[in-house]
Amino acid sequence: MNTQNQYLKAIYLVQQQADGPASTGKVAEALDVSPASANEMIGKLEAAGLADHEKYKGVDLTDEGIRRARDALQTYCIIERFLVEVLEVEEFRAEARQLESVIDETVGDRLDTIIDRDPACPDCFEAEADVCDHLVDDLDIDLEMGSEAAD
Amino acid sequence: MSLSYPVASDHQLARLLQIGMVLEEVVEARAHKHNESLDDEQDTDIEALLRDAAEESAGHRASLESLVDELEGDPVAYEEIEQLVAARYEADTDTDGVLYDQLANEETAYKFYDDLIEAIEGSDVRFSIDRGRLLDTLREIRDDEAAGVEDVTRLMEARS
Repeated sequence: MNTQNQYLKAIYLVQQQADGPASTGKVAEALDVSPASANEMIGKLEAAGLADHEKYKGVDLTDEGIRRARDALQTYCIIERFLVEVLEVEEFRAEARQLESVIDETVGDRLDTIIDRDPACPDCFEAEADVCDHLVDDLDIDLEMGSEAAD
Repeated sequence: MSLSYPVASDHQLARLLQIGMVLEEVVEARAHKHNESLDDEQDTDIEALLRDAAEESAGHRASLESLVDELEGDPVAYEEIEQLVAARYEADTDTDGVLYDQLANEETAYKFYDDLIEAIEGSDVRFSIDRGRLLDTLREIRDDEAAGVEDVTRLMEARS
């Protein structure tokens, strides 16, 4: 997943949590980058027709931006579930974050052929916990504690 | 969530090589399943293509496994992936479907190795295995995948 898609995914999730435009500060915080870097990329997304940015209000994804963000989020769900089901990785959230910039949609689609995923993805994604809600159920993850306990 | 910089450790490298192994095992297992499903069609060109793809993937898998082993990672058992592929395999109804799937396999593998090579080249981490040998192995596999894309495309064009 390239940097642009990682931004789209972050804005999409921040917008969901805010139920409105995403503030640049929140987007920067979500991605652990400086507000200046976030501003620069948001400008690029706007130029590409993927987002609308209004000063003092925040950033809104366009329809195309939302489509790309949802694809990126789905790939992320696939990576998380693949790590759990196939490679039996306990710290799958941390590892998914490390891997997402190398695993793009094409590769995600192929990994998807061997996992058992609910077609509701990516609507199942719990933004705050950074995890697919179905995985939370399957693995009995304690979201309050943020711990991961595979069956 | 953060913008991560991949391949920052032996552990991450081993994990990515494991994913490469899985992709190779998926190619190998699907090629065998395709050949089974096309048993009645007696298409020697496609049978040969699938046989070669499976053999090549087995070779790539062995190379990756040896790197994963040096990094003290666990191999991914072929039998396990074969079962997962079989559980969700839907037989393609015709040879076109098989060729498209094979093309997707080769293109996906090429993209994965290309991205992985770029990520390793962009990392200044010292791995416990020789970087030159690692990159040579991955570039060789990537070149095979590129040749595979050409082979499938040629066969598809000859049939159109």
